[in-house]
Amino acid sequence: MRSWFTDLLIAGAVFTGVFLLAATSVAGQATAYRAPRTADGKPNLNGIWQALNTANWDLQGRAAAKGPVPSLGAVFSVPAGQGVVDGDEIPYLPAAAAKKRENQANWVKLDPEVKCYLPGVPRAAYLPYPFQIVQGAQNILISYEYAGAVRVVNMGTPTKAPGDSWMGWSNGHWEGETLVVDVTSLNDQTWFDRAGNFHSDALHVVERYTPRSADTLTYEATIEDPMTFSRPWKISMPLYRHVEKNARLLEYKCVEFAEELLYGPLSKKP
Amino acid sequence: MSHRSLASTSTLAVVAVAVLVALLAPSSATGQTQSPATKAPPAAKSWTPPQTPDGKPDLQGIWTDNTLTPFERPKGLGTKEFYTEQELAEATKKARQGSPGEEAELGAARQQAVRYDLELYGFDPGKLRFSSNRTSLITGPEGVVPPMLPAAKERNAELAAKNKGHEFDSYANRPLSERCILMGQERIPMTPGANEGNLLQIVQGPGYVTLLHEIDHSTRVIPTDGRPHVPQNMRLWQGDSVGHWEGNTLVVDTTNFTNLTAYRGSSEKLHLIERFTRAADDRMIYQFTVEDPATWAKPWTAEIPWTKSKGPVYEWACHEGNTMISTILRGARVAEAEAAKKGK
Repeated sequence: MRSWFTDLLIAGAVFTGVFLLAATSVAGQATAYRAPRTADGKPNLNGIWQALNTANWDLQGRAAAKGPVPSLGAVFSVPAGQGVVDGDEIPYLPAAAAKKRENQANWVKLDPEVKCYLPGVPRAAYLPYPFQIVQGAQNILISYEYAGAVRVVNMGTPTKAPGDSWMGWSNGHWEGETLVVDVTSLNDQTWFDRAGNFHSDALHVVERYTPRSADTLTYEATIEDPMTFSRPWKISMPLYRHVEKNARLLEYKCVEFAEELLYGPLSKKP
Repeated sequence: MSHRSLASTSTLAVVAVAVLVALLAPSSATGQTQSPATKAPPAAKSWTPPQTPDGKPDLQGIWTDNTLTPFERPKGLGTKEFYTEQELAEATKKARQGSPGEEAELGAARQQAVRYDLELYGFDPGKLRFSSNRTSLITGPEGVVPPMLPAAKERNAELAAKNKGHEFDSYANRPLSERCILMGQERIPMTPGANEGNLLQIVQGPGYVTLLHEIDHSTRVIPTDGRPHVPQNMRLWQGDSVGHWEGNTLVVDTTNFTNLTAYRGSSEKLHLIERFTRAADDRMIYQFTVEDPATWAKPWTAEIPWTKSKGPVYEWACHEGNTMISTILRGARVAEAEAAKKGK
């Protein structure tokens, strides 16, 4: 039989434990936001979202600079911006660091965005165009205005990609408030930004979409590519909801804007 | 793709490779998509379509609209709108043997100018099928597109004449499909081929239906909350689509097309009404009505059954792999240089 003292000790321990637990969860929730739910009880991420930063110019911080076309003056110059990389360092392997510098020096010639090629992941999320999340129960479709790029995130049992592609293969699941998307089978043709940051086809991206208020999400992407980087690294940024009443994703078939650049020199000279 | 003719033989060889690549691309997808549903029972009234968690008819899934049914009714059939079971079986047999006559549209499985082993690329003739008993996709006693108005004929002839002799001058003279701006089956209304990877995936969220067309990853995000079209001055290649529900049917209204979209010679006044009705677990009825008072004297309607498919939907990166335009233009410049040399 337990003595009253043991009981008191146990009670005290339990009380302390409950108190600690409560305190922890309160601390955890101090910054957490609980999103409205969809009809099937999942955090509701439906909406038209867009990044508002300079990540597409350069994942890392940089000062403002002259644009690539002098005749366009201040209209298409490079804005200043703070980086979105944790620690502001991208851990390139030595050979990859050299290639990044080469990419940057030949940006306009080499950047797939200039040619209207599909943007890949994570770049699609912070291009200067909106994208829309449409949340079905089995699949979440993400439609990007830029180049009409699209992904279907499979929320069921994870499936394997039939092959490499520009937008990769996306399997998703929920972790509390967060939509976690595991992206594999990306090809080696896309870049991360206009600063020449790049990757190989060994790229593996884990994206996290976490509601942080009614009209903002936190977007995080962990980037792993042992052929290019010495360790995984992470970017994070807020995404903002388009709250305009008439907000719509519009057609942006940029192929026709890149044709003169790509095929103009092969046209018949008048 | 068999219509191309170029002066330079070296270009022809490269184009042949491009055609082969184009044939190869859809094959991987079609290989798995066929489902042998040749009957077209009218939608069973007792069948209740599933609903999404927010209570809308659930149209979601991966669908294929492949069919042998020709777009327009073969001339010999007059006003005959449906085949009997026996006639259908016979027409299917003939099509699978590669000689369907007018009764079937073989699409990519038809005889090619250069003979490829189609089975090698996933075009299994044994899987060709009619998706319903209809003799044509266009419905009604006529079963054909109404005659084009004289003014529309003139408009289209003028456009064609302007391009004549300049087909290889510049990318701008090439068809929209070659430029990966609007590929044939990416266009709306959505019309099928007999055996061409033509998967459609529908994902629904609150207030939206999205339709992803495998071909050229063409995606339509269609609001269903009753909002109006974007302003008339905004002209879009694929127009502006808004939808609403009528019972179990999704009705989508599309306007604001460009004057270059030209669906079967249509003008920018093209107005499209599409209706999507789930008829069974593995069957959707897709119906569309085309209206364009500047092109046809009256509206016309087609009906296309869709069948469920396992997928997966592949990424179709058309522009990214487009070597065709530069190859064609380079070939034309070489041919011109050679001709100029001979002329001297």
